[in-house]
Amino acid sequence: MDWTALFLSLKLALVATSVLIVLTAPLACLLAYSRMPGKAFLEAFINLPLAMPPTVVGFYLLLLMGPEGRLGRLWTGMTGSPLLFTFAGIVIASIIYSIPFALQPMRAAFEKVDPRLIDSARVLGLSAPAVFARVILPNSLNGIAASAILVFLHALGAFGVILMVGGSVPGETRVASIAIYEAVETLQYGSAAMMSLALLPVCYTFLLVVHRLTRRRSS
Amino acid sequence: MSLQIRIRKRLPHFDLSLDIVCPDEMMTVVIGPSGAGKTTLMRVIAGLEKPEEGFIRFGDEVWLDKGRRIFLPPQKRKLGYVFQDYPLFPHLSIHDNAAFAAGKKKGAVRQLLERFGIEHLRDRKPDAVSGGERQRCAICQALASEPRLLLLDEPFSALDVFTRRDLRDQLHQMKEELSIPIVYVTHDVNEALYLADDLLPLVDGRVDRQWMQRSIARADTLRSDRTKAIREPRLSLAY
Repeated sequence: MDWTALFLSLKLALVATSVLIVLTAPLACLLAYSRMPGKAFLEAFINLPLAMPPTVVGFYLLLLMGPEGRLGRLWTGMTGSPLLFTFAGIVIASIIYSIPFALQPMRAAFEKVDPRLIDSARVLGLSAPAVFARVILPNSLNGIAASAILVFLHALGAFGVILMVGGSVPGETRVASIAIYEAVETLQYGSAAMMSLALLPVCYTFLLVVHRLTRRRSS
Repeated sequence: MSLQIRIRKRLPHFDLSLDIVCPDEMMTVVIGPSGAGKTTLMRVIAGLEKPEEGFIRFGDEVWLDKGRRIFLPPQKRKLGYVFQDYPLFPHLSIHDNAAFAAGKKKGAVRQLLERFGIEHLRDRKPDAVSGGERQRCAICQALASEPRLLLLDEPFSALDVFTRRDLRDQLHQMKEELSIPIVYVTHDVNEALYLADDLLPLVDGRVDRQWMQRSIARADTLRSDRTKAIREPRLSLAY
């Protein structure tokens, strides 16, 4: 039983989720309310990680984050250390890989906010950011929470992408999913079973919460 | 300050084409059948929709001038708009809804709530009060923002007849105190005659001064003699 791997998975999922929710909120707002041309193209591009095999996403990220890649060079220039096979590396990979999972529920929540409320707030003199903070956000909290939990679970279970850009450095990038895979590979079925069992109730509980959040909103 | 409107906007079945003036301190009642473009007119005045061509001026402030590409967004028009279906903010209490755009004038909000008889509901959420109470709150919300112009779009159409009469009386009183132009949309002839300083019948996007007379006359010929006798004298239309 690899406690470090489980702990690392939780840490990764928490960090990725918090960054993602803040990053995607404006994007979801843009997709929900703007009528800009080419929105469909932007959306399809953002949703690519949903459709492509994780290894393909991982491969592109490997190129992007490698010593010759744009992101890799930028990171090395800023911090002096490489990005591949580090915790920061798998955080960035998880974020990019999970964007669609954060975006879709949040966008749906924003779209569900009654447009008459937004009209009303505008007539009452609120600027666009104030409308977002005082009307849209408080009325889509459930959707945002649901989105956060889905992203958290998705990041908790990521495997292919993390293997490609992170490898399996103990305490740094060897998360639970990878530790379980390696345990099975080396025929340590007991250890794999324990770690799997530890993840099961976490995922189950969170899914129940998501169900509750989204159901209450629709009623 | 009076409101001057000259617009043309394409709607699915006809053009909304108007050239009107709503005088200061007066209630202009826009009346007409459903789908005549009444709500669109209100949304254009509020800046929530843009016409294809047109010009809107409030006092000496130009709100819209297609020719000079001037468009003042709804946030800056400082008007009050009471919508047909009173969309209150579901996450805020009645008091916070009324105070939504009131700034720091807490006392004024309290007075308004008292005046409209909903002060005792101040801490309730909108879904825990009745339709009439929600609509009172929506009116308080609009008035608390100290509007320069008040738009009321069939504000009482979803209410029962007693609540409606009550609120209508209250509005009639308030009209005297508020020295701002009010534009009131309705399809109810009684309501229009009771409230209006100036009547503006709108049919298929155009002002049709004869519409009221025509529709009252038509209703009379359709009605059997007995009900007609009950309805006479015709002034009963005006309450």
